[in-house]
Amino acid sequence: MRNTVEYMGVLGEIRQRARVAATWFTQPLLPDDLLGTLNPVWSTREPHARVVGLRRETADTTTLLLRTGPARPGHRAGQFVGIGTRLDGVWHWRTYSVTSCPGDPLLAVTVTAVPGGTVSGALAHRTPVGTLLRIGPPAGEFVLPDQVPEKLLFLTAGSGITPVMGILRDLAATRPEALGGAVLVHCDRTPSDLVFGPDLRELATSTGLTLVERHTAVKGRLTPDNLTDIVPDWAARQAWACGPAGLLDALTEHWAMAGDPAALHVELFTPPATVAADATGGRVSFTTSGIEADAGPGTPLMVAGEAAGALLPNGCRMGICHTCVGRLRSGAVRDLRTGDLHDTPGEPVRTCVSGAAGDVEIEL
Amino acid sequence: MATQTFAPSMTPSAAAHLTDEQVETLGAELDALRAEVVGSLGEADARYIHRVIAVQRGLEVGGRGALIFSLFPPAWVVGTAALSVAKILDNMEIGHNVLHGQWDWMRDPKIHSTTWEWDHASPAASWKKSHNYEHHTFTNIRGKDRDLGYSIMRITPEQEWKPTDLFQPLVNLGLSMIFEWGIAIYDIEIEKVKDGTKPWPQAKAELMGLWRKARRQLAKDYVLFPLLSGPGFLSTVAANATANVVRNVWSHAVIFCGHFPDGVESFDFDEERLESETKGQWYLRQMLGSANLSGSKLFHLMTGNLSHQIEHHLFPDVPSNRYAEIAPRVQEICKRYGLPYTTGSLPRQYGKVLRKIARLAFPGGGPAPAATPPTQLPDQARRRLAAPARLAS
Repeated sequence: MRNTVEYMGVLGEIRQRARVAATWFTQPLLPDDLLGTLNPVWSTREPHARVVGLRRETADTTTLLLRTGPARPGHRAGQFVGIGTRLDGVWHWRTYSVTSCPGDPLLAVTVTAVPGGTVSGALAHRTPVGTLLRIGPPAGEFVLPDQVPEKLLFLTAGSGITPVMGILRDLAATRPEALGGAVLVHCDRTPSDLVFGPDLRELATSTGLTLVERHTAVKGRLTPDNLTDIVPDWAARQAWACGPAGLLDALTEHWAMAGDPAALHVELFTPPATVAADATGGRVSFTTSGIEADAGPGTPLMVAGEAAGALLPNGCRMGICHTCVGRLRSGAVRDLRTGDLHDTPGEPVRTCVSGAAGDVEIEL
Repeated sequence: MATQTFAPSMTPSAAAHLTDEQVETLGAELDALRAEVVGSLGEADARYIHRVIAVQRGLEVGGRGALIFSLFPPAWVVGTAALSVAKILDNMEIGHNVLHGQWDWMRDPKIHSTTWEWDHASPAASWKKSHNYEHHTFTNIRGKDRDLGYSIMRITPEQEWKPTDLFQPLVNLGLSMIFEWGIAIYDIEIEKVKDGTKPWPQAKAELMGLWRKARRQLAKDYVLFPLLSGPGFLSTVAANATANVVRNVWSHAVIFCGHFPDGVESFDFDEERLESETKGQWYLRQMLGSANLSGSKLFHLMTGNLSHQIEHHLFPDVPSNRYAEIAPRVQEICKRYGLPYTTGSLPRQYGKVLRKIARLAFPGGGPAPAATPPTQLPDQARRRLAAPARLAS
């Protein structure tokens, strides 16, 4: 065993030296740039993925099957990845849940077209097989612990099923017994709107998962009150919930009042709602690039910077993934979701959900 | 290099007939043109730059691959030609334009002014300062635009003559062969260290940055790839040196034709005038201070579209593939406002530059004094008078 480790270490070092040597031959480019020119999927520094298959889940939801390059980092079931797509020559990034299992050869992401959303609409409806996408590293805390709890409860609405689908598929493949006593309450308007309907029904039959489909067009929205009717022992379960902000707020309140707040795990999948009241706006300077931009009240620093031509790290654009973090050098920023003011120099700032509160300098 | 001294302007400006309002209307027209082009950027433009980059990389890999067999004469010729073209594309249509931020709108981290590095002695960061900022802001202002003659040549008659100027035709020839090195070292502004306006540690740090970049470039062209050729070591050294000189001579010719031919104005602005310069006046200075080159599509590509120098100076961050379609409209605007739009073939324009360098190697060289003061003539006559005066300079 020790020999193998040493052997791997030596191999790694040789590979590292070969890479450095190759860089002398390719500079000012990197060997990776030349590989990426031949086939973008081979690039390890700017990972790409090619769409090799499509599954139409519902009228507005599509699963993209992606072949990734050799450098694809492993994800945990329930996490999301950043997906970049070129529309009219411009790269746009959004995050989507992975719905395939960690070991699957192809990576599946499921995209629901948001009404009026240019990026989600293009990905769900106008992305043919063969399209090249960019792909970011997996991220997100909406995952099961290593020690899977005995009694599981999943509460989802609309496209909130996507991270849970990743979790369910992983459990079915690796620990099907954990699904035996589990309950999934999934809400959508009608049976035909229900994302993964057939897959979930089949999963319920094969594993013993209790599937409760709630068609809100007939039965109305899920509330904490009717939750007790559907799942009487909800308080005894570890719950994972994903869906619109209204539902998650109601559930969080319910668990806080009548249950154990630590037993509820939520994933909010909506862009930041801006806080209009105290949002002041101001001039933002990105100190690394030297780019300055006016960020109006309620405008995320990232959006203002990109409009001024800055190339900023970005990921989920909703304050989840922390890809976009830059340090605050001076001034103050306001969290556009909560209205909180942050003005400690050196504090990491998520530019996608932070607006300027007066003039501000960010180290990006 | 001592600080240069300049005599007052010797030629009336070709824009002297325009009122302030006309200059601002001209500026508004150019702003609108720019907005129209920027608004129409899209997928076709993105494909264009990706294709140029792929072709450049293909030529470079192919050329260097052929030169592994550089002892075989046809391989030497083909490899050197491919590598020369690759270096020219890298510097001109790709590097210069990417570093201007022309492609930043794509938000592609791999093709972006903040991440790009090129096969040129100047590190990208210092180039962006000396070229994008200084040259493009202070274009053709005597004493402020350091690209005007690069301090070592007398390129306007207003520059005071020195005996060393006698050698400038030879200096120019030498500079053209080593152009990238000339620019890289010149940009460090050693003369400012001498006269105390630049601290030595800063200059030293910049020299170190240049050396870090340059040694890798030198190692690649003159050690590593020649070693791959085995017995053809020296033959590959010669091929790579040839490609570097071809690139230097070509880019020198194109760049000198951008601002130095007859018909191009240089300006005598003090700080106050520069401070109060409006957008319209800035556009005007850019137009009058630049000259185009005419030629085929391939020619424009090989000049990095600096053949559209006027359009480039008006809109330095508009993607270069769009200059050709903007050019007729800029020319139409110039015509309407009675402004010169200087253009000509490369041999013709470069001939004029060489003639000017030769003439200004000797004292004098300004225009003959006009018989009638220009201000007393009607517009048409004044322009006729101004044109020959510029030709004589």
